[in-house]
Amino acid sequence: MRLWLQSLTPRALFGLALVAVALLALPFVAAMGGQAWVRIANFAILYIFLALGLNIVVGFAGLLDLGYIAFYAVGAYLWALLASPHFGLHWPFWAILPLGAMVACCFGVILGAPTLKLRGDYLAIVTLGFGEIVRIFINNLNAPLNITNGPQGINLIDPVAIGEFKFSTTSTLFGITFTGPQKYYYLLVLLALAVIVINFRLQHSRIGRAWQAIREDEIAAKAVGINTRNIKLLAFAMGASFGGVAGGIFAAMQGFVSPESFSLIESVMILAMVVLGGMGHIPGVILGAVLLSVLPEALRYAVVPVQKMLFGEVLADPESLRMLVFGLALVLVMRFKPAGLLPSPERRRELAEKV
Amino acid sequence: MSELLLEADAVAKHFGGVKALRDVSLTIRRGEVYGLIGPNGAGKTTFFNCLTGLYVPDGGGFVFDGAPLKADAPHQAAERGIARTFQNIRLFGNMSALDNVMVGRHVRTRAGVFGAILRDRGTRAEEDAIRRRAEELLHYVGVADRAGDLAKNLSYGDQRRLEIARALATEPKLLCLDEPAAGMNGTETEALRVLIEGIRADGVTILLIEHDVKLVMGLCDRVAVLDYGALLIEDVPAVVQHDPRVIEAYIGVPA
Amino acid sequence: MDTFLQQIINGLVQGAIYALVALGYTMVYGIMGLINFAHGEVVMLGTLIAITSITFLIKAGIAVPLAALIGISLSVLACMALGWSLERIAYRPLRHAPRLTPLITAIGMSIVLQNLAMMIWGRNYMIFPPLIEKTQFEVAGASFTNVQVIIVTVAALAMGGLLWLVYRTRLGMAMRATAQNPAVAGLMGVNANRVIASAFVIGSALGAVAGVMVGSYYEIAHYQMGFMLGLKAFTAAVLGGIGNLAGAMAGGVLLGLIEALGAGYIGDLTGGFLGSHYQDIFAFIVLIFVLMFRPSGLFGEKTGDRA
Repeated sequence: MRLWLQSLTPRALFGLALVAVALLALPFVAAMGGQAWVRIANFAILYIFLALGLNIVVGFAGLLDLGYIAFYAVGAYLWALLASPHFGLHWPFWAILPLGAMVACCFGVILGAPTLKLRGDYLAIVTLGFGEIVRIFINNLNAPLNITNGPQGINLIDPVAIGEFKFSTTSTLFGITFTGPQKYYYLLVLLALAVIVINFRLQHSRIGRAWQAIREDEIAAKAVGINTRNIKLLAFAMGASFGGVAGGIFAAMQGFVSPESFSLIESVMILAMVVLGGMGHIPGVILGAVLLSVLPEALRYAVVPVQKMLFGEVLADPESLRMLVFGLALVLVMRFKPAGLLPSPERRRELAEKV
Repeated sequence: MSELLLEADAVAKHFGGVKALRDVSLTIRRGEVYGLIGPNGAGKTTFFNCLTGLYVPDGGGFVFDGAPLKADAPHQAAERGIARTFQNIRLFGNMSALDNVMVGRHVRTRAGVFGAILRDRGTRAEEDAIRRRAEELLHYVGVADRAGDLAKNLSYGDQRRLEIARALATEPKLLCLDEPAAGMNGTETEALRVLIEGIRADGVTILLIEHDVKLVMGLCDRVAVLDYGALLIEDVPAVVQHDPRVIEAYIGVPA
Repeated sequence: MDTFLQQIINGLVQGAIYALVALGYTMVYGIMGLINFAHGEVVMLGTLIAITSITFLIKAGIAVPLAALIGISLSVLACMALGWSLERIAYRPLRHAPRLTPLITAIGMSIVLQNLAMMIWGRNYMIFPPLIEKTQFEVAGASFTNVQVIIVTVAALAMGGLLWLVYRTRLGMAMRATAQNPAVAGLMGVNANRVIASAFVIGSALGAVAGVMVGSYYEIAHYQMGFMLGLKAFTAAVLGGIGNLAGAMAGGVLLGLIEALGAGYIGDLTGGFLGSHYQDIFAFIVLIFVLMFRPSGLFGEKTGDRA
């Protein structure tokens, strides 16, 4: 790590320092607009986490997964069941998170093992079906044995806590007062940084090259001795574990989970983040996640005042108007930036050649 | 160690009613350059695909390096020491030339996910070794100056050479080349001949499908001729060249 | 035994609807390899347009059969126009874009259409006006209605018409040629743009018909109804082997039957542990199993790896 810092130019170092300061200051700046904005920032980071997890599957290995949210759901419900009054269990986070990663990973393997030989879009629909199966089970496993509490969801979930230090409440450290969301923010930033480093290292490794090779030409990859089934399964399992961890954090942060949060549209959103940002390109995926998680929220605040300004009254239902604008934004970005907003240098070249 | 590297025993493959391979049996000795020729559609590439596990033969099988080859396991074929190139070049187009060859090292290296994430000393050392070996191989086949370019942007001849480098990266005992000289001009073909000679001198056995008769007769120690999926003859080039059945297969009239 | 027969009838009706919608997916996929996620919304709009126009016409004093005819025609025409515009505006510019780009566009269009529908028709369930007097028949302990009979008949006619179009007309031949190899078809003088546009238009027309069927069968409609219906229909198309017309039809009917029988018997099969609210998972479980053993669907062509 030290070597890596030394290799940077002063300019890059300065930029890095600037980003670090901005990241540190963000929750306090956001808090000026209300804690709601800190929460929005938190969700943006959580989506970065998820999008990077899916990026391993879709971006690196080229496997179209439309049921990614299932792993997120598994992680979230695992936390909810092991740390809430629902079963009276209150496990600590350091036990649940790794377990969540492992269980989600197992789900990934269970799904992947029989289906990974399927080609592109067939795999997409199977993963989509799997996501729906998981959601339907969560929705209905409240009778005859109440496991998930059905559509009502599970409430009063324990927050992340280290000893007596809870991330959900306001506390004062070093003379600075941190609200719950602000504390979660720093936790999430740390986790997200770890995920970014992991993603980057995976991409530039023996395994990452194998994924890319499979994406480029599966038959040639087999011919050079890559066990394509296992390597694909690995991508699936890795992506799933990321989803599982993110789900756990989500449950703890919200204090509440219900099947509603894990519908197909969420899978689709995360995929949109990956593709819209620039598949396989880590900075692009981060950009996509931030944009697509913040944009609908920003629109939530914008649609009513803008309508009042233009027409003097609220003409259209704000909720549907904001989603409409969101959908249009997806269409327009894909129309004018088909490789995403921030594609990898190779992809950019590839597209430039075609024109 | 047996003198034979590969024994094909009555390998058969059909697609629907078309018999692409009819009980082909042949043997390849260690260290030789073995040519496989025949008119278009004679089953040469199908034979390659069976050998490298991309097709499952409908009958017969292979014994490689003293043990039977598992059908339908291309990655295991590579692991056992069979590498190949493709008639219609199959590089990883959007990866750099160097990365293409580095992928070839996959089967001879170990680093897994945890190594990749932790970047421990062992993983870094392996990664360095992979890179060094890949650079050597690029140099060996003569495309070192294009190491950073995307494979698909290389010239045709360079792509063929890169594919050979990638195959060599798997440390094969048997290198199968599917029409490596196709589309090459005289100079390029000559350079290719020198390259293949060099690879043979390094102790790699070579199975060569080729249409360029001059190249085949000049390079190969022995040649087999396939026609309509059946083996016509397997012998030294001088004999094969003058065999009436071979001439008939190529020209279409009895000689 | 009456449950069995009853579920077969219910499944057949539902399956006929799935099949019609599945055809829209499979035609577009077969020709350009795109999962047109927005197709479910086209079906939804077909239902809602039919409801609004028929209700309006009946209120205006026009006789019900005539109102139905005009309303349904309007709905079909509107959907055809919508399908054409979708292709022209959203997908055509992306024909040479990376593979996932049009998929995201399709998702975006689906979001747009759904929310547009909500802005126009609101969040409430809408009542589909009864078009004919419902009569009930009873055979061997199972009952069915004339509405169900009409749905299955119309679906069969529409599918027959489509097959005729694809296998007996010049346009159909052009479509099959483009599906096989767009470049070569182009060289032979086939206008790919026209072929692709027709696939969208025809698929949307079938979707509108299916939308009217769903509306008159369940008697209610909602701006979110297109989503699950589209998902199921797409599942049916994949089940049959996507890109294959007969496969989509068979897949649709099969899916309808499986769901109906599954919902009818799951309680007995699992000793009451799982109830009929698990109906929706059958589609997906069957799909996963079928694809495990037949990776290209039931009727899909085997596309072997080529070296």
